[in-house]
Amino acid sequence: MLTKSQAKLFFLAGTIIFSVLFLGLSYDTHVNHVANQPYEKTITPAVIAGKHLWEDNNCMGCHSIFGEGAYYAPELTKVIDRRGEGYVKGLLMSPTPWGEHTSGRKMVAYGFSDEDAQNLVEYFKWAGTVDLNGFPAKPKYKIEGNK
Amino acid sequence: MKFKTQKIAYWFFLSALGLLTLQIIYGFIMGFAHMGIDGLHGIIPFNAARAVHTNLLVCWLLLGFMGSAYYIIPEESQNELFSPKLAYIQLISFLAVGVTAVIAYHLNWWEGRKFLEIPRPLDYLVVVNVLAFLYNILMTLFKGKKQTTTALVLAMGLLFSALLYLPGMIWFDSQTLDSFYRWYVVHLWVEGVWELIMGGILAFLLIKITGVDREVIEKWLYVIVGLTFLSGILGTGHHYYYIGAPSYWLWIGGIFSALEPLAFLAMALFALNMYRKGEKKHPNKAALNWTLGAAITSFVGAGLLGAAHTLPNVNLYTHGTLVTAMHGHMAFWGAYAMIVLAIIAYAMPNITGRKLYDNNMARYAFWLSNIGMIGMTVAFGVAGVAQVYMERILGVDFMETQKEIEPHFLVLVLCATGFTTGVILYIINFFQHGKPTDEALVSE
Ligand code: HEM
Ligand code: HEM
Ligand SMILES: [Fe+2]
Repeated sequence: MLTKSQAKLFFLAGTIIFSVLFLGLSYDTHVNHVANQPYEKTITPAVIAGKHLWEDNNCMGCHSIFGEGAYYAPELTKVIDRRGEGYVKGLLMSPTPWGEHTSGRKMVAYGFSDEDAQNLVEYFKWAGTVDLNGFPAKPKYKIEGNK
Repeated sequence: MKFKTQKIAYWFFLSALGLLTLQIIYGFIMGFAHMGIDGLHGIIPFNAARAVHTNLLVCWLLLGFMGSAYYIIPEESQNELFSPKLAYIQLISFLAVGVTAVIAYHLNWWEGRKFLEIPRPLDYLVVVNVLAFLYNILMTLFKGKKQTTTALVLAMGLLFSALLYLPGMIWFDSQTLDSFYRWYVVHLWVEGVWELIMGGILAFLLIKITGVDREVIEKWLYVIVGLTFLSGILGTGHHYYYIGAPSYWLWIGGIFSALEPLAFLAMALFALNMYRKGEKKHPNKAALNWTLGAAITSFVGAGLLGAAHTLPNVNLYTHGTLVTAMHGHMAFWGAYAMIVLAIIAYAMPNITGRKLYDNNMARYAFWLSNIGMIGMTVAFGVAGVAQVYMERILGVDFMETQKEIEPHFLVLVLCATGFTTGVILYIINFFQHGKPTDEALVSE
């Protein structure tokens, strides 16, 4: 039968081994992989400014990016591909809540300046270039007319 | 209660229940918004409601954990709390930071990263606060007569939670790295170090309630927390599938996260077995219900419903849909909310001296809240699966899909009403115990 000290050893050994493995893999991911990707070299000041705006306004509190965020409003990783730059910029600069008359669900009317809206667009364009291992998946059946 | 300073836990538990109430109110705001009723949008937009809902959840659970530590550590180490004054200062400042954050969210001031919305300057205050808490607890523990395994596991969980908060405070220009390190906090908390806290509280409760020998209980506690880290640390990979991290995370995350339910299964079997083995049947039925309930519901909500979407080929379709919200609710409820409600139910009669061990109100509170939560989980689940099929497989537009699934949110709100009724009964029952008093001291 297992004794208490064996159980303790199992816990301590497991914790140490798997923590070390995880830190090693994190290092590999960060330094050897992500840092060398082409899209890591295209993070321009505009993309960074866009990311700040994304966070300062908690856009993730309704939307998601890379599938992370809330479930109230659309996934935005590929939004520029789906809608185009002009459409996205327009809704970001809109002085009235977007969606009020179309979908019923309202977006906060941020009324961003042209520069801020452009920075957010750059951030989305950048996000669209990241290699996400196949996410978002292409729908199996494509219904005519849907974006 | 054996030590006077254990009374301090009362104020933490009271505050926790207050924040839980507020959390639920914001849950309703979001439930209605999903139904298409968003009249509050102008003052409380969805992102504010959501940040308040999830942050209050984390805050009240942390208060619950701290209260548990203030109750358990003196008793386990046979020693009065190192500094009661520090504990009160720490409680008041924690609440002040929490309330400031909630107000800030309504004013569009935050650090919009999921679950870590607290504005950066407040983050530092949280760190100072938690350091004060840990200092108090660790001093009590090491000045005490004994350092039991239960107390050490609990303290270790709390200490690691504080350390893991730090990687979440680093700024990254890259969304990929931002997300990568955000999971050091979010995942390694709930599927790692918080399980130590839960295990520690569970072990303490089982020792008290079942009367099974401490050595046996603590042996299994080691096995459980061993399984947690064995699976849960590399299991972090299930959040690295689709964020721009290398593809080896698909199989590492898939394999190890698929093992995570083992720790929860072990916890459930452990609790049930100790209950069967125990000769002493403690009269506090409410505490027993919540304790066994936590062990079982966490296995269903975290273990089974987590495993349901953890494999990469499933997660590709469910990632970031209401399926995740389904799992998130029952997992947080079963594992962490219920264990906090269990320790409160156990501690209250001991702190106040009023032995309301077994009454109808406590029974209804338990069953109504749990049945309500099961209903809510089903409602989120049906909405989520419908969303996955329509949006991700048939390619229907996001907003069109959301319109189709609105009725499920009516079901959600109805079940949430049952759930809330249960929570209200729990809170009434809490107040019926009255205030903490030194007359409740027993020497044993
Ligand atoms: C008590 C323990 C747990 C809690 C409180 C919990 C809670 C949550 C929450 C809140 C999320 C959403 C996170 C976000 O998107 O930011 C989440 C995601 C997830 N959880 Fe858990 N969880 C627990 C245990 C588990 C376990 C044991 C598994 C696997 C067996 C699991 C599998 C997952 C997966 C795969 C996701 C990602 C969903 C997605 O891609 O959108 N969870 N969990
Ligand atoms: C009256 C009861 C409740 C209602 C109506 C409710 C409703 C909701 C809604 C609508 C969301 C937002 C989903 C979205 O982003 O679109 C949400 C998020 C969340 N709620 Fe609740 N909730 C309730 C109670 C609770 C309780 C008791 C807990 C924990 C024990 C909880 C934990 C969470 C978590 C962790 C999230 C984030 C989930 C994720 O991002 O995947 N909620 N809730
Ligand atoms: Fe996770």
